[in-house]
Amino acid sequence: MSLIEHLPILVVLVPMFVAPLLAAVPSRGQLPWLIATLTSLLTFVVAIAIAAQVLAHGTLTYELGGWPPPFGIGLAVGPLSAMMLLVITGASLMALLWGPASMNSEVGHEHQSLLYASWLLALCGLSGITVTGDAFNIFVFMEISSLASYVMVSAGPKRQALTATFKYLITGTVGATFYLIGVGYLYMMTGTLNLADMAERLATVSSTAPVLVASGFILVGLALKAALFPMHAWMPNAYRFAPTPVGVFFAACSTKVALFVLIRFDFLVLMPNLPGHADMLVSVLMPLSVAAMLVGSAVAIFERDLKRMLGYSSVAQIGYILLAFSLLSTAGLTAAIVHLFNHALIKGALFMAVGTLVLRTGSSRLDDMAGIGKTMPLTTLAFCLAGLSLIGVPLTAGFISKWYLIVAVLEHGALGWMLLAAILISSLMAIVYVWKVVEVAYFRSPPDNNTGGSPAQRSEAPLGMMIVLWLVVAANFWFGLDTSLLLSLADMETTLLLGSRR
Amino acid sequence: MSESTMIFLSLLVPLLGSLGIALTGRSPLLRDSFMIASAVLVFLCVLSLLPAVQAGGRPEAHLLTMMPGLDLAFSVEPLGMIFALVASGLWIMTSIYGIGYMRGAGEKNQTRFYACFSIAIFAAIGIAFAQNMFTLFILYEVLSLSTYPLVAHKGTEEAKRGARIYLGILLGTSIGLLLPAMIATWWLTGSLEFQPGGIMQGQVSPAIGSLLLLLYMFGIGKAALMPFHRWLPAAMVAPTPVSALLHAVAVVKAGVFSVLKVSTYLFGLDYLESLWASDLVMWVAAFTLLSASVVAMQQSNLKARLAYSTVSQLSYIVLAAMLASQLAVVGGGMHIVMHAFGKITLFFCAGAIYVAAHKTEIQEMDGLGRKMPVTMFAFLLGALSVIGAPPLGGLWSKWHIMLGAVDAGHAIMIGVLLISTLLNIAYLLPPVVRAFLLPPPKGTPAGVEEAPLMCLIPLSLTALGALLLFFMADPVRALMWSVFVGRAA
Repeated sequence: MSLIEHLPILVVLVPMFVAPLLAAVPSRGQLPWLIATLTSLLTFVVAIAIAAQVLAHGTLTYELGGWPPPFGIGLAVGPLSAMMLLVITGASLMALLWGPASMNSEVGHEHQSLLYASWLLALCGLSGITVTGDAFNIFVFMEISSLASYVMVSAGPKRQALTATFKYLITGTVGATFYLIGVGYLYMMTGTLNLADMAERLATVSSTAPVLVASGFILVGLALKAALFPMHAWMPNAYRFAPTPVGVFFAACSTKVALFVLIRFDFLVLMPNLPGHADMLVSVLMPLSVAAMLVGSAVAIFERDLKRMLGYSSVAQIGYILLAFSLLSTAGLTAAIVHLFNHALIKGALFMAVGTLVLRTGSSRLDDMAGIGKTMPLTTLAFCLAGLSLIGVPLTAGFISKWYLIVAVLEHGALGWMLLAAILISSLMAIVYVWKVVEVAYFRSPPDNNTGGSPAQRSEAPLGMMIVLWLVVAANFWFGLDTSLLLSLADMETTLLLGSRR
Repeated sequence: MSESTMIFLSLLVPLLGSLGIALTGRSPLLRDSFMIASAVLVFLCVLSLLPAVQAGGRPEAHLLTMMPGLDLAFSVEPLGMIFALVASGLWIMTSIYGIGYMRGAGEKNQTRFYACFSIAIFAAIGIAFAQNMFTLFILYEVLSLSTYPLVAHKGTEEAKRGARIYLGILLGTSIGLLLPAMIATWWLTGSLEFQPGGIMQGQVSPAIGSLLLLLYMFGIGKAALMPFHRWLPAAMVAPTPVSALLHAVAVVKAGVFSVLKVSTYLFGLDYLESLWASDLVMWVAAFTLLSASVVAMQQSNLKARLAYSTVSQLSYIVLAAMLASQLAVVGGGMHIVMHAFGKITLFFCAGAIYVAAHKTEIQEMDGLGRKMPVTMFAFLLGALSVIGAPPLGGLWSKWHIMLGAVDAGHAIMIGVLLISTLLNIAYLLPPVVRAFLLPPPKGTPAGVEEAPLMCLIPLSLTALGALLLFFMADPVRALMWSVFVGRAA
């Protein structure tokens, strides 16, 4: 077997094995950071190679230890998995490259090697969820990533980080347990944990009570993990109090992995077999996602802390993704996949910009950003551009998402026009909360500035941070113009998941 | 050079100009000459495309394909040619005037101001040349965003409030109404390309078509159809060259241009006529036109009065489009030119009065004609052109719109236009009358005291232009006609 064939497992194994080594490295200087970054770079390269393979040959399968599924654990990397891998490893790499200055200012050196070890474990867990084809394996990786995440959030510089972690921990554990209960019921009825196998065997027992209960538990459990409204309460504070680079990493990808599992599980296993499942999904997810879009954006308008504002904005954006998903159509699924990717770009860029501002101001409160457009012009501009992408202005990645979402929604007649109105209202609210920041940053003068004094000193963040930040902002525009990679992956995935149904 | 190269150059030059302006900000002289040079260059680039368009050609340039069926592409047709010529030609005037004004009034942050100005012109020319609705929409948004810093230029609480209303309404209507209309069009017809005769006939049912028309017409917030006109008076806090740019050159004209373009090239006049919504929008335009005139009469601030006058004049063009008659559309296209020259003259004069005499209210203008004879005479010419009195260009556009109204069987609109003309006289002539016929307040020193030459020359030239357009309106009319001749062939 050549190395190429081992790619799917490498993306998990590399961070998994480096993590304990990293924990043993003396926690001084930049060495832990360097190791974590190199590891992350390696996984990113592997993810690119996987994506290239998937684009060329379709779904990659891998038998762990050479045991054929359903007896052994099988990995299955489809187009959507490949895309998620790119997002996860890319977000991790960018956050690490961007983060050392910010991390040093918030977390003492003595904790850093453990923190970066947890980071790699989280990376390993999140990647693992996307590559595995086994329901229980998903749970294991979910726990690996969650436990590592709790550690990382609790390392935040403020004491409130602990309460934020506690809330996160409780919610996350409940979510994971629900998922496990669901999987347990399914195992009871089918005797298998392999997703593809389960899909086949489920046909004979589809209408039994345990299967219905299982589908409910899995849906709620994953919705908790994905911070779907009204189960989002843990998220904004976890974002706010985590060390900023951790926030960047999570904002870009962590909740999306739960969405990914939801999409895979429902389309692959449950929907083809459970007669009423599609209706159940629509009637639960659609109202909740519309509510998420509206409430999330509305709360973000009144939020005075930038990180929490971005958290609530994410609640709304997750609403977009789930709305697209709940349409259960080819166009809807395409829109969901496209936005999974684009939102990672958008939120990553925004969070990085805010983090860069925080590095200089020492606070993420909106009121402390007065006049920041003068002192940190490039960072503020980056925030504005990423904000445009969030709003969905043409030429940005966000616009592509909106476009696909609206086209998908319009297929549904009168209901579609109502959903369209909800989408637009939410977008208009996004304008308001982005512009709120723009006005404070550019047109309010800093508090201690004497009238008519000398122009405020420029104090941009270190060059390294700026380069990464602008790289991600540029990616927002790049993927707003060149959609071919994203669309070909999305096309492949929709044919896989829906091809048999239509 | 090939035609597509010229199209790209027309777009590239203002962008590069903006960059150059930003880089040479430390040396005002270099920066200003850079701006004027790029303005002249853009105008020449646009002008070089004119012969081809006059000969019936449609120069094209393709930039890139974003999604299957969605291109960023440009194609020059007569209506766009007219708009691009007006925008680029008057940009030269506005640049020269802007230099005089900004120096005279001692404004700060001039570099940012000029740089954004150039981007706005880039967007306007892009809108003019857009080959499809998608390209137009993108540049429409660029225009909104690039003019926001211009409106908020002074940075005062009032300027910020005005700019917030400005951006809020323009972005709100375009994302809330125009974008869904555009996506729905794409979804229904599979195309967003501007085509002679429209793309909707036979593809979209009249009920949906009417809904789309409403979304389009109110979504193009830059056309300032009531109730989305509030941004125009709110944007009056901007320095006068911006007001001139907004109201005469780029922004509002981009709005009514889009209205004409959507009506003729997306809906098509025949299909438009069959929609009940076109009558509705026509009446909304008629209402806007009259009520804005009435409001204008009550404004004592000169710029505010001109702003409401603009709201009213824009509705002439929307009304012309909704009449769905070829004559009226020709009139609407001509009105873009005529109103541009008239209104820019008026704004230049208002700015000149502010710079030279520091006056903004109409009551203060008694006897000003003795102090600023050239300015006030130019104001008279501009006012007469906007009113539509001979011998000024404004006559011809109104003439064609009225002919179009009869042609379309809406003769009652002639009445509306006549009342509006009377109202125009009532609010545009008093400043001139006060300036020339009333004695100046006691204690004002005698003698001529005009604005700087950099202000005076452009405003004289545009006033002269408004006059010349009366005698030389035919090229414009002929060019507008070829919009429809192309279809017959």
